[in-house]
Amino acid sequence: MSRDAEPVSAWREATIERIVVRTPRVKSFFLRTPLAHHVAGQHVDVRLTAEDGYQAQRAYSIASAPGEDAMELAIEELRDGEVSPYFHEVAQVGDRFEVRGPLGGHFIWRARDGGPLLLVGGGSGVAPLMAMARHRAQAAPDVPALLVYSSRTWEDVIFRDELLRAHDARNGFDLVLTTTRGPRGRPQDHERRLDATLLSAIMGRWGHAPAHAYVCGADTFVEAVTAALVRDGIPAAQVRAERYGGPAS
Amino acid sequence: MSTRGFTGRRPTQAAAKRLPPGQYQTEDFPVLSMGPTPQVRLADWRFTLHDGPRPLASFTWDEFEALPRTRWRGDIHCVTKWSKFDTEWEGVTVDDLFAAAGVTPPTGYLLAHSFDDYDTNVPVADLVGGRAMIATRFADAPLHAEHGGPARLLVPHLYFWKSAKWVRGLRFTARDEAGFWELRGYHMYGDPWREQRYTDDP
Repeated sequence: MSRDAEPVSAWREATIERIVVRTPRVKSFFLRTPLAHHVAGQHVDVRLTAEDGYQAQRAYSIASAPGEDAMELAIEELRDGEVSPYFHEVAQVGDRFEVRGPLGGHFIWRARDGGPLLLVGGGSGVAPLMAMARHRAQAAPDVPALLVYSSRTWEDVIFRDELLRAHDARNGFDLVLTTTRGPRGRPQDHERRLDATLLSAIMGRWGHAPAHAYVCGADTFVEAVTAALVRDGIPAAQVRAERYGGPAS
Repeated sequence: MSTRGFTGRRPTQAAAKRLPPGQYQTEDFPVLSMGPTPQVRLADWRFTLHDGPRPLASFTWDEFEALPRTRWRGDIHCVTKWSKFDTEWEGVTVDDLFAAAGVTPPTGYLLAHSFDDYDTNVPVADLVGGRAMIATRFADAPLHAEHGGPARLLVPHLYFWKSAKWVRGLRFTARDEAGFWELRGYHMYGDPWREQRYTDDP
């Protein structure tokens, strides 16, 4: 059986090609892997193995656009974590570990799915939304898209420069940021928790009715945002959610 | 293949015995769902058993609450890799439900259906014999909507996506029909001890 015919669930070797510091708590790891191309929004499972055979697995969303040479995982270092401290404190370019995937068949967006496209992210929950925004820029630039992204502070905004550039290009991609523990960086941004009132005001200014909404972040964030979208009249079936559960990983 | 410099944070020996492969223990109760949490009013709640398209029995909330109740304490395992130990549930076992409805399972398979149009397939044999319940209480309190309330299926020996939240009924099927996640890359059976996470896991 050729390598390409291996099932999606087979563990394959990934090599770290490049590491980019995104924020004080988030680094991006660019991986070379033999995995099949992903669909924007999908994740991979990562498996680390200690010398005595002990293993730990976690899932990480893919932040790169489908078809890029290297797969980008944006990993936040979590206090009391087991796998994320390895990535932040140990991993170097050239290091290898195992991955399988790409996985997930619901929290995904393809160019042919069209728009308008609403993306709402909290913290490192922006990762799969970034894959969608990048995919849109490459494959469906006519689709109107809005990313509403909540971070602790301006310094914690992952992919900040790339997102600001995409917004400033005025080609149908809009970015609204809100910071919960620090000052905003642009006049049009916000300095408060993303609640139903704020979200409704942001959507009103955007002026599109989303055909697809994707919400990703911590449990409480996703719960609040998805409930707000439904109350605002968006059919529940058009709202897809992915939650980063409570435990450190 | 070992990972240079990875040592890990080992579970205690006692915990390790209770953790299926690839799982880690959490003290939290994380949420996994595909979309918004449906708000189901008890006045509108109905639980229905179907054989294919044919309705067999239906319960209102009050009728359901009058059925014999069972408590279960044990470990649950989510395919996203967390396991939670010693969770405490209360509800109506599927055996008691079938008995109250006067239903003898007409087939070996069924789909659990939810108020948010989610569904998941489970063999009938995995639901009877005291192995599963329709749970309405968690840790001595009514089950919170975020965790599937008013009622969810509880099949703790399978990955937790099989324990459909906001459950509104069970429908017997002639064959093993894939449900929501099973159509989207996840395993048809989902035994955590055999690590059956994804479609082509053995």
